[in-house]
Amino acid sequence: MTHCYFKSVLGAGVATALLTLGATTSAQAEDLTLCWASWDPANALVALSKDFEAKSGHKMSFEFVPWPNFADRMLNELNSGGKLCDLMIGDSQWIGGAAENGQYVKLNDFFDKEGIKMSDFIPATVTGYAEWPKGTPNYWALPAFGDVVGWSYRKDWFSRPELQTEFKTKYGRDLTVPRTLAELKDIAGFFQDREIDGNKVYGAAIYTERGSEGITMGAMDVLYSYGFEYQNPAKPYELEGYVNSDKSVKGLEFYKELYNCCAPPGSSDAYMSENIDAYKSGQVALQMNFAFTWPGINADPKVGGDKSGYFANPAGPGGAQFAQLGGQGISVVAASDKQDAALEYIKWFAQPDIQAKWWQLGGYSALRAVVEDPGFAKSQPYAQTFLDSMAIVKDFWAEPSYASLLQASQKRFHNYVVAGQGTAKEALDGLVADWTEIFDDEGKY
Amino acid sequence: MLDSSIERAARATPPVVAKRIQGLSDRAIAWLFVAPSIFLLLAVNIFPLIWTIRLSFTNFRVNRPNAEVGFVGLKNYINILTDADIWQTMQATAHFLIWTIVLQVLIGFTLAYLINKKFRGNDMWTTIIVLPMMLSPAVVGNFWTFLYQPQIGLFNYAVGFLTGTDPSAFSMIGDVSLAPWAIVIVDTWMWTPFVMLICLAGLRSIPGSIYEAAECDRASKWRQFWTITIPMVLPFLMLAILFRGIENFKMFDLVVQLTGGGPGSTTELTSINLKREAFEKWRTGYASAYAVILFVTVFGLASIYVKALNKVKQR
Repeated sequence: MTHCYFKSVLGAGVATALLTLGATTSAQAEDLTLCWASWDPANALVALSKDFEAKSGHKMSFEFVPWPNFADRMLNELNSGGKLCDLMIGDSQWIGGAAENGQYVKLNDFFDKEGIKMSDFIPATVTGYAEWPKGTPNYWALPAFGDVVGWSYRKDWFSRPELQTEFKTKYGRDLTVPRTLAELKDIAGFFQDREIDGNKVYGAAIYTERGSEGITMGAMDVLYSYGFEYQNPAKPYELEGYVNSDKSVKGLEFYKELYNCCAPPGSSDAYMSENIDAYKSGQVALQMNFAFTWPGINADPKVGGDKSGYFANPAGPGGAQFAQLGGQGISVVAASDKQDAALEYIKWFAQPDIQAKWWQLGGYSALRAVVEDPGFAKSQPYAQTFLDSMAIVKDFWAEPSYASLLQASQKRFHNYVVAGQGTAKEALDGLVADWTEIFDDEGKY
Repeated sequence: MLDSSIERAARATPPVVAKRIQGLSDRAIAWLFVAPSIFLLLAVNIFPLIWTIRLSFTNFRVNRPNAEVGFVGLKNYINILTDADIWQTMQATAHFLIWTIVLQVLIGFTLAYLINKKFRGNDMWTTIIVLPMMLSPAVVGNFWTFLYQPQIGLFNYAVGFLTGTDPSAFSMIGDVSLAPWAIVIVDTWMWTPFVMLICLAGLRSIPGSIYEAAECDRASKWRQFWTITIPMVLPFLMLAILFRGIENFKMFDLVVQLTGGGPGSTTELTSINLKREAFEKWRTGYASAYAVILFVTVFGLASIYVKALNKVKQR
């Protein structure tokens, strides 16, 4: 009996030890690497992630790459099956390729198991950052950072009585936030080459960058509101008459006019950081940029606080009002050996209290509980503009061939807008030809 | 001393190894020594080249690991050679190549000729002149974007000061007609010292006695320059042109930093275009064909040039 008892105790002890060992192994502390762009929100995420480290025992490392090289670097990593990144906050346009090529882990089962509902997030961010194919409940990311192209302006300059009087005399209306793109151009033209406080200032810093995605993001911001469509809504991938419609042509002509009349000299290759510099250094009255720049502007000692205001992209001539979607979702990289720990991070990140803290630190949460909170709109000077902008977003193609599609638009737009070669119609006809060839290669026809 | 080292090495060699080596011929031992180098060469140069040629006949895309790879024959080559945009990049590359070489040779040789004269501060000036080529091309590209900045750029200010125009009235890197010259100016600024150094080596290799003999024959300075200096420096000059030609044919970093290939595609050189095809559009098969065409072009031109160089040397 004693012998049996001893054996039982020993067996139980060994089993307990094995179970403990097993449990320890499965809950083993991992060193997770999160890859993202190198920008202000990334610093906020580092601060936020300390909470995850404390709660989970995992250690977080970060790989941040500046925006102009972000896609090159990270897509190389994904395509080569590299194990550098366990978590990827990748651009929204990568979703199609990453999903179809098995580079991201599909998260549907995980979301179901953990009770994470996509209906809890802003619908545009779910479609833009998480779904592939678009409009289907197949999720490859959790919306991580809501972003959209909008405008910041020099409220202090707008409020100067002498400028208000002069503007009203010239245009017959008050110098205030523009409701239409035409009004925006008037305001930009009004400030162009004007002397303010002894300095020559300019109208509007807009996107013109050639190398990555800059000019496309800027031109599309205008084209959408002019009536540009990517394709026939009733017949996918039919581009003729939609991409190069008369409305689209007018929109592209407008963007070129805006560049010619009102951009600061030398802004032929300007994107996010160049526009921030132009605005913060007091060179421009208006700045086109993603919403992520607004917390930094608000905190800036020279142009922050009451000196700056924010507004959503104005409406086009027909009253349509859209804005270019930015932002990203967070995904688990399929090549990672630490997927369990990476999923733990996503589970932690999806919690409402963490999302609320994310917003406080400067990250744009896409969780509805955060943005629909009654206090949200007043929580920051730009919060209402963010909400307004997120309600009117459209996004670029997210097809697996998005990079080729993007390069084609970069080239066509830059050739016309900045280099002044050809007409808007020729640029858009050329774009239709390029995109048709790409989709043809993809077997879409 | 040498003998004792060899003896020590022989004594240190384990008998088993010594016995094995004893059976090898000199030729075999030579192969044994060069084998690692040949293996490395095959692994990092020849194999990738063959692989690239193989890929150039396919529609392979590296970002589509699951897609079927199909043989497309010469389609990639035909598409490239009939693409007007690619010929435009070739034109941009030719403009860049020709003008940088012309300017660098002219200025480099002139500087070398001047530096070769004995004068006070000669060494200091040589050091100052060669400074630009010691910098990273990416850094040079980056800071020249500031120099070219219409509002704060020193270059625009200097041009404005000299010509009386408004510095912000023109944009070197934003204007279609100026941008190709903007990259030529920067490359010339950076690499003229390199040409100067090679020319200087050539000038210093000419024995003084030849000039003394020419003086005795009452040859004018002008005649000495054309019949002694130029012919004797020519092989060096041609070597400099070869180096700069190959380098500038594959110019990438400096131009990407300066203009990103813009405005439009005005300064999109072949290497930038190739990079976009390979690593932005991920058309691996197509980009491989593109790379093969560029390789054959450079290799072919360089081979012809080297033959000409050898002929000049033999004269």
